[in-house]
Amino acid sequence: MRNALTIARREIGAALASPVAYVLFGAFAFLYGYFFADYLQSFVEAGMRMSQMGGFSGGTLNVNTDLLRWLMASTAILALFLLPLLSMRTVSEEIRSGTMELLLTAPITDGQIVIGKFLAAFALYAGMLALTGLHVGVLFWFSRPEIAPVLAAYLGLLLLGAGLLALGLFFSSLTRNQIVAGLLTFGALLVLWLVEFAGARGGEPGRLLAYLSVTGHMEGFARGVITTRDLVFYLSFAAFWLYLARESVRSRRWRG
Amino acid sequence: MVESVSKRYGRTLAVADLSFGVAKGEVLGFLGPNGAGKTTTMRVITGFMPPSEGRVLVGGLDIAESPLEVRRRIGYLPENPPLYPEMEVAAFLEFAARLRGVPKTGIRPAVERAIERCALGEAREHIIGKLSRGFRQRVGLAQALVHEPELLVLDEPTAGLDPKQIHETRKLIRTLAGERTVVLSTHILPEVAVTCDRVVIIAGGRLRAEDTPERLVARLGAAERGSGTWEIETAPPADAAEAALRAIPGVARVEAGPETAERTLVLQVEAAGDRTIATALARALLEAGCPLYGLRRGGASLEDVFLALTTEETEANGTGDVTDASGVPEEDA
Repeated sequence: MRNALTIARREIGAALASPVAYVLFGAFAFLYGYFFADYLQSFVEAGMRMSQMGGFSGGTLNVNTDLLRWLMASTAILALFLLPLLSMRTVSEEIRSGTMELLLTAPITDGQIVIGKFLAAFALYAGMLALTGLHVGVLFWFSRPEIAPVLAAYLGLLLLGAGLLALGLFFSSLTRNQIVAGLLTFGALLVLWLVEFAGARGGEPGRLLAYLSVTGHMEGFARGVITTRDLVFYLSFAAFWLYLARESVRSRRWRG
Repeated sequence: MVESVSKRYGRTLAVADLSFGVAKGEVLGFLGPNGAGKTTTMRVITGFMPPSEGRVLVGGLDIAESPLEVRRRIGYLPENPPLYPEMEVAAFLEFAARLRGVPKTGIRPAVERAIERCALGEAREHIIGKLSRGFRQRVGLAQALVHEPELLVLDEPTAGLDPKQIHETRKLIRTLAGERTVVLSTHILPEVAVTCDRVVIIAGGRLRAEDTPERLVARLGAAERGSGTWEIETAPPADAAEAALRAIPGVARVEAGPETAERTLVLQVEAAGDRTIATALARALLEAGCPLYGLRRGGASLEDVFLALTTEETEANGTGDVTDASGVPEEDA
């Protein structure tokens, strides 16, 4: 674990020393802010319409189900688009610059290298999510949403991110070119996102496709519902790609 | 200790049945032309890649059986120093020490020692990416020895340095010998003579010779007894001097070097017989009206040994079915 943390610490330092992390944080903050403002606007307008009708509609508005839920689901889509940028350089850059030789001849295992890289990317992602605490905090300031569903949604976002980053890490370990790694990751995520729509057609294959959808499993979390099914999906998804990434790093030794 | 190691890349044989040993405290030079399999062998020794066949023992431990323990005892400087350009020198060395398993309390002193030894004091707070090539090489060396390894493996440690830096690096390597074992690869011949206790020459992935630099030279000298090479300095034009020298019985070959700025011409003459032929050479030259600026006997140099051994190899390969490894990319990681 100490070795993995050594790798992770250097990795985070490198990310914070380059403009990439800041650009990414900025882009995320901007896009998230846009979504937040947009959803809040609609929510407020709906609220005003409802009060004009003087309660005849019989409906109620709830910050949790009518605002936060959609906001969290949108954050998942944002992660889908931005996380490949975070994971693409992790291993590729080491291969390109030759520092992989330093890591592979150090007294650490291939698994520790992969875990270290993963932890660093995950920590940066968590930092990115922490930015949204500001917006969500505002909601808590002015209203009384339930806290538990919000926490569940954050847990879902973290798990989703873990899966996406693990996948990105694997593709990053395939090539010395980080752009190629980023495109491969993005392509793979696009496929895993679109299967959700393909899955909507129903039938046995449809159910399988729907199960494979990375964002589909986020819906429950966004509503504040934690199911074992979704938990197992994300955890096994991350473990699967981390395993492949380790094997890919190991194969680099044989290929030279 | 390398025992009959082979390494294949697909169907290309990069290293074929290579065996050699290094004694504790010794500096072993690993000599060969480009593409001879030097880098591949070093990568096998350092545990970067496993051998296709054979095994490597470091301090009695098999690298295949206890890879982590062996890697802890090795410091490795690849051909391109593995450095993170965005880090400061001291921070990078701290990372390297931590990575190599130096215990927490020992990290600071280890980094200080490495900085002092590689004369990096003035650069300790500098960003690696902004350092000159010479400094980068020194940082590379510092990261290789920050954890006080028993075995130091250096792949072309002086490549790309200016003469002064080369001199300093060689001096540093010499001071490291004794306390630890050093294996260094190079294709620069004088380097071996200056820094190494023993030489292993490989070509085409095969062992060609293994001995001390002096004995290798002596061996070749013995093989060529009865003839010698002479270096004669005269003035151009070359034709007159060459014709005069060729007329002497026993002269086998005369070769004119390029004309230098001071109107000096260097002739390489290969002649049979002992040293008395020098008189004949001088007389012939003077009688032909050519000036004589210098006359020197050239003994067999390490360069000759190297050329003899590696040429032998290509001739043997021309008829045999041995796969030549010269097409193997050395740098592709």
